[in-house]
Amino acid sequence: MTAASVAEPELRQPRSKTELFTAFTWLALQGFGGVLAVAQRELVERLRWLNKEQFVELLSLSQVLPGPNIINLALMFGDRHFGWRGAVVATGGLLAAPLVIVLVLAALYAQFSSVPQVAGALRGMGAVAAGLVLSTALKLAPTLRRNAMGLWPSVAMMVVSAAAIGWLRWPLAWVVLGLGAAGYAWAWYRLSTTDSST
Amino acid sequence: MSAEFYGLHGLSWIDLLRLAGHFAVLSLLAVGGAITSASDMQRYLVVERGWIDPLQFNASIAIAQAAPGPNILFVALLGWSVAGPLGLLATMVGIMGPSSVLTFVIGRLRHARQDALPVRAFSVGLAPLTIGLLIATGWVLALPSRDHPFALLLVPATALFMLKTARSPLWMIAVGALVGALGGA
Repeated sequence: MTAASVAEPELRQPRSKTELFTAFTWLALQGFGGVLAVAQRELVERLRWLNKEQFVELLSLSQVLPGPNIINLALMFGDRHFGWRGAVVATGGLLAAPLVIVLVLAALYAQFSSVPQVAGALRGMGAVAAGLVLSTALKLAPTLRRNAMGLWPSVAMMVVSAAAIGWLRWPLAWVVLGLGAAGYAWAWYRLSTTDSST
Repeated sequence: MSAEFYGLHGLSWIDLLRLAGHFAVLSLLAVGGAITSASDMQRYLVVERGWIDPLQFNASIAIAQAAPGPNILFVALLGWSVAGPLGLLATMVGIMGPSSVLTFVIGRLRHARQDALPVRAFSVGLAPLTIGLLIATGWVLALPSRDHPFALLLVPATALFMLKTARSPLWMIAVGALVGALGGA
């Protein structure tokens, strides 16, 4: 395929709430270890309900807002097509089937948790989960080099928040409201000075 | 199933409301996804309230990671471990409610432009915090493995695997389960 000669394929729309529900169920069930990558492939490439630009726009808004990115994305997408019912249907599609699977797995675990091999397996998986979360942090950390607040203030904020929450076990509310407000104010100041100087 | 199954599992209704309330606050604070606030959930459920033990906490996250679907479902399992179906309802309504309402409202205000200064300052100013919270969550999740050298080795091994290869994390979860089942963890 040569990108220049092929016109952008025409976008389609979900025809019904049922189709919306099934589409989000299907993409949730393919999403092992995170659904976002699958969402891009399904919504943009296969179903063509969104083009790339619309997807990125929806995603960045989802990322800025609190709450899981993929849930926020589904909610806004559903709302744009079928109003609040669409928002409920898309979010429900994402959650319903995986919830049943997770509960069945948890019930199996509870049944056999006294078996040393099962308890050991879960402990091993827990250690892997720790590694997975840390790898996400390691992948994101280099972006601090380009952070408009400057490298050292960013690194300091990262270290202080990690220590306050993980080591000192301070409540998240204090840390986010305190450090978050300071970071927000500093970023606002830095961005407004760079904006006005260009 | 017994009546107790659908009951409060030793909690009072006030406890259940507190549970939902705590997760509702986290819902608005969890910048970068629910997993960033997992260390605070651990502090609240395990350390402060003593409703579940550290291994149950880690099991909930490990099971949700191994299953398909949004990772937020570990919150459903946490609620389930605390108080069955009612607990699940409390934690899920708490963690989803406030953020969903906010997203719904902002999504309708098409003026919420991502290049506006207040929005950019938000993502720039909170980025280091998000990464710091991820480090804290990883740290807290690794703690139960500190007396098990092989399990502890799985932490950096997984991080390396994720950074150096493009393979699915499921491979490492399988390795972790195997190492643990063979008595290494």
